[in-house]
Amino acid sequence: MNIINLDHISANPLLPEVQEAMIKAIRMNYANPSSQHKLGDQAAEALEKARESVTHLIHAAIPKEVVFTSSGTESINHAVKGVALALADKGKHIVTSNIEHNAVLRSLRRLKMMDFQVTSVPVDQYGRVNPDDVAKAIRDDTILVSIMHSNNEIGTIQPIKEIAEVTKQKKVLFHTDAVDSVVVVPIDVQQLGVDLLSFASNPFYGPTGVGGLYVRRGTKVWPLLDGGVQENNKRAGTENLIGIIGMGVAADLAVKDMDRRIAHYKMLKDMVLRELPNTIDEYFVNGHPEFSLPNLVSVSIKYIEGESVVLMLDEENIAVSTRSACAAGALQASHVLLSIGRDFADAQGTMVITFGIENSEEDVNRFLEVLKGAVQTLRDISPLYAKAAQA
Amino acid sequence: MYSKTVMDHFKNPRNVGTIEGADGVGEVGNPLCGDMMTIYLKIEDERISDIKFQTFGCGAAIAVSSMLTELANGKGLEEARKITNKDVAKALEGLPKNKLHCSNLGADALHMAIQNYEDRKSGKTKPEPKRTEKHEHTHGETCYCPYCDAELPEGETYCPACELEAGKHH
Repeated sequence: MNIINLDHISANPLLPEVQEAMIKAIRMNYANPSSQHKLGDQAAEALEKARESVTHLIHAAIPKEVVFTSSGTESINHAVKGVALALADKGKHIVTSNIEHNAVLRSLRRLKMMDFQVTSVPVDQYGRVNPDDVAKAIRDDTILVSIMHSNNEIGTIQPIKEIAEVTKQKKVLFHTDAVDSVVVVPIDVQQLGVDLLSFASNPFYGPTGVGGLYVRRGTKVWPLLDGGVQENNKRAGTENLIGIIGMGVAADLAVKDMDRRIAHYKMLKDMVLRELPNTIDEYFVNGHPEFSLPNLVSVSIKYIEGESVVLMLDEENIAVSTRSACAAGALQASHVLLSIGRDFADAQGTMVITFGIENSEEDVNRFLEVLKGAVQTLRDISPLYAKAAQA
Repeated sequence: MYSKTVMDHFKNPRNVGTIEGADGVGEVGNPLCGDMMTIYLKIEDERISDIKFQTFGCGAAIAVSSMLTELANGKGLEEARKITNKDVAKALEGLPKNKLHCSNLGADALHMAIQNYEDRKSGKTKPEPKRTEKHEHTHGETCYCPYCDAELPEGETYCPACELEAGKHH
């Protein structure tokens, strides 16, 4: 079945070179990288090679600043809880934004149960944080600022560099969740000026089950997992070497191919935004018109509900994602969409499409054609549409 | 995720639309997950002679509305009153647990439309019914945590087992 995948934020296929490298790694039967013998050395060499590739990808100063984890979620938990626990004697206040991913929000909720305090700064109608608000929110007992690099629902990219200037001046650690940014936009941790940065391998066509956490040298952060001294004493447990090798190869390929990928995403996104007014009416495009992920389009379509759109498109073999409460299983409107001022009903009709390198203009045309029909069908059923038409 | 019957009713919903000069109208809005549904009834000799619906909602909500109209069409009012949300879910060959919750509005809208008809007949109410904004669990359905499937205590939106808010009434 030929399915057009416009849901790359949920999952990406492995690049063929990544698959080959991982199959080869499985066949190598690598030993434990921590072992002192030759077999261990072989494994450690493969591990460090991957670490160098990732170091290069995010422009870390030295490979020891890269910690391999199991996912973007683990990296975020590690950064937020690890800093909080390490610095609890200095203060128990953390600053974040209203539109963070649940990995950040729920980590913070957990910390609140342990007497930490959290200040959440608002975003504007485009989903952007004002660095001045961050500066105002920082107190004497603030130990960490955690603000995402880009948002997974609306694509807005935050002024991370400007916020880093604030945190540097106030001598507070700064973590950014860049899971959906790495290789969708160029990421240079030194230029950004962050202390910690979370990312994952799958967004750049590496395997799931592997993530990375950048920890600037000298940053105090406790491990989430205690045990051995793997990952430079930051994450215990024998490394997922096969996955890490896959991530390393994906990083090498990304460095070479990044400009082409970004240009391709941008071309498809521009095409959707250009054609959308000729396809449907009464919708909002969410996110910032300029500071936004080039591979993501978030649209709130009035009078209809997102899960219905996903199902209709799925019937025509087109995969998209929605932020509707019903589909999320969370029974709550997206906090991100409410934060940028969408009302409950409009938030319900939100569809997110994310491009991958294999998508073509033909895919976009087919998507638009099917979307047009689906929206009309659902509006014909909708009492909200009927009411709006009468008014 | 959905049964074949649910998908069939979602893709080809029966009895979509409105009835000009309906004898009874029931509107239910469920702010918990944003579903809204309107049922229009034509009544002849205390029997439902025509029924139409309009729904804003997820796949389950649309399928529930469609199935409900099929179950109710042609039935006497007394019989139609006895249709429960459970009956609708059963006719659909089941719904995911968290969808049972947000699709509960189906039978509620029907009962409200019948009540609206009776109220009009007895001169109790104006022809336009008032939308109920709060979804009321009048039929004893249980709500489940969408994450761990644990039964939520009545009226609670907070799951004690996974320490999570299942949904907020806005």
